[in-house]
Amino acid sequence: MWEITFPRTIVVGEGALSYLEQIKGQRALIITDKTIRSLGIADQVVRLLKQAGLEVQVFDGVEPEPSRRVVEQAVKVARDFGPDVIIGLGGGSCMDVAKAVFALYERPDLTLDEIVPLVELGLRKKAKLINIPTTSGTGADVTWAVVITDEAEELKMELASREIVADVAILDPRLPSSMPPRLTADTGLDALTHAIEAYASKWHNDFSDALALWAIRAIFTYLPRAYRNGSDMEAREKLHNAATMAGLAFSNSQIGAAHAMGHALGALFKIPHGRSVAVFLPYTIEYNARVAASRYAEIADALGLGGRASEEKARRLAEAVRQLLADVGEPLKVADLGISQADYEAKLEALVDRAMSSTGTVANPRELGRSDYARLFTYAYEGRHVDF
Amino acid sequence: MVLFPSEEWIKRFKEEVNKNKEYEEAAKDWEGDFLFIITPDEGLDREYVFYVDLWHGKCRDAYMVPSRDAKKADFIFEGPYSNWKKLIRGELDPITGVMTRKFKLKGSLMKIMRYTKAASELVKTATRVPTEFK
Repeated sequence: MWEITFPRTIVVGEGALSYLEQIKGQRALIITDKTIRSLGIADQVVRLLKQAGLEVQVFDGVEPEPSRRVVEQAVKVARDFGPDVIIGLGGGSCMDVAKAVFALYERPDLTLDEIVPLVELGLRKKAKLINIPTTSGTGADVTWAVVITDEAEELKMELASREIVADVAILDPRLPSSMPPRLTADTGLDALTHAIEAYASKWHNDFSDALALWAIRAIFTYLPRAYRNGSDMEAREKLHNAATMAGLAFSNSQIGAAHAMGHALGALFKIPHGRSVAVFLPYTIEYNARVAASRYAEIADALGLGGRASEEKARRLAEAVRQLLADVGEPLKVADLGISQADYEAKLEALVDRAMSSTGTVANPRELGRSDYARLFTYAYEGRHVDF
Repeated sequence: MVLFPSEEWIKRFKEEVNKNKEYEEAAKDWEGDFLFIITPDEGLDREYVFYVDLWHGKCRDAYMVPSRDAKKADFIFEGPYSNWKKLIRGELDPITGVMTRKFKLKGSLMKIMRYTKAASELVKTATRVPTEFK
């Protein structure tokens, strides 16, 4: 038995934001960040909600890689305001904070650590949750996972509950069209990593496979276009949809070692999430191909990469990922992220600890022990093809 | 051959865990005890319960208890005999088993998921006990 969880409604296409004109409620709390506010996107949402007759408050204190502290601040605002609609507006950080706030607002007795799978939280007695992504993207609009940084422990807390999946996700491609090229690349590659890891995961299934494969093809086609020309609205729309499909895929399958390693790197060296997971993707494909070559071969076939045996196709996929990284100006090895070898080696044990504890290790197609992770981290730093 | 479930089986399991260096390394920070509950189906006539105390890479103690109420533990891992057989044969991993509801877990799943390698080594250890089933 496997459970597949989606939001109740996903609204897509240009003009999708106008869906807000028809929503029912009394008070809406928008959770976002100062960048979204400065771009005027929050004002658009406020206007639509007021047209629908709601009183609106905006919390714009979300920071990148949000911390417990930010969640606590936002929860306080929610408890004082008493919304019946909570809206996560922005990138993954804003939507993850919105999901965490939704849970803790509904259940003041809960702590963040208690947002875990298979435990009934009994939510949706006070509010509904709407997510509106402005990046393409983390997939946080549709997933049941939340990543919050524990600053004291230098750890990414990976929380999860099916009940925190949004009721509605609104994918309006005009919103990510203001992303600069670097952010377009970072978030697009995060989506690609989600999709490839979901496909290769031990927990893959028919639903996650279909979504992942479509997303992978779309990202390879449209990410370079959107990177070169942010106003290419066809590319923006396809990429936006692909990011959500990749989110649905991994949410109903699982992430893998690239995310485990990326979370560790991001927590210890403050590297943006998309960049930190994508840099490891080719290396983890090479590592996992020892047991999952056929899965990667199917992806390679879908992309028309050619090749004969599964192992060769898996290699071609790893190279195709490297080429895509290069095409959108992303680093091909960890050394290119500006981290010194001395600093990296000093934190290697801590990187391995965090990767071993990550949910990305659980369903990774090939088992990973400490020594495997240590070698992978080293190879990825140096840019060496994985040969073990 | 050792019959599963039985007192002898759990004692052999404890011995094997304590010989497993991979487990010791993977679980070096682990603190938490378990009740393993085997519910009857497929030839098993009644419920069997094991208590297993795992601490920093070692199994400090393991024995059969008369009932699930006889001993408290941080974690309860429960499933029907048919699924336990699959687990011990290496046909099913415990975390996938919980996610697909073939096993029930009481206790923090997120903590367990941080020790995947340790969980995998425990299953490998179980497969090393020469086991016969009812």
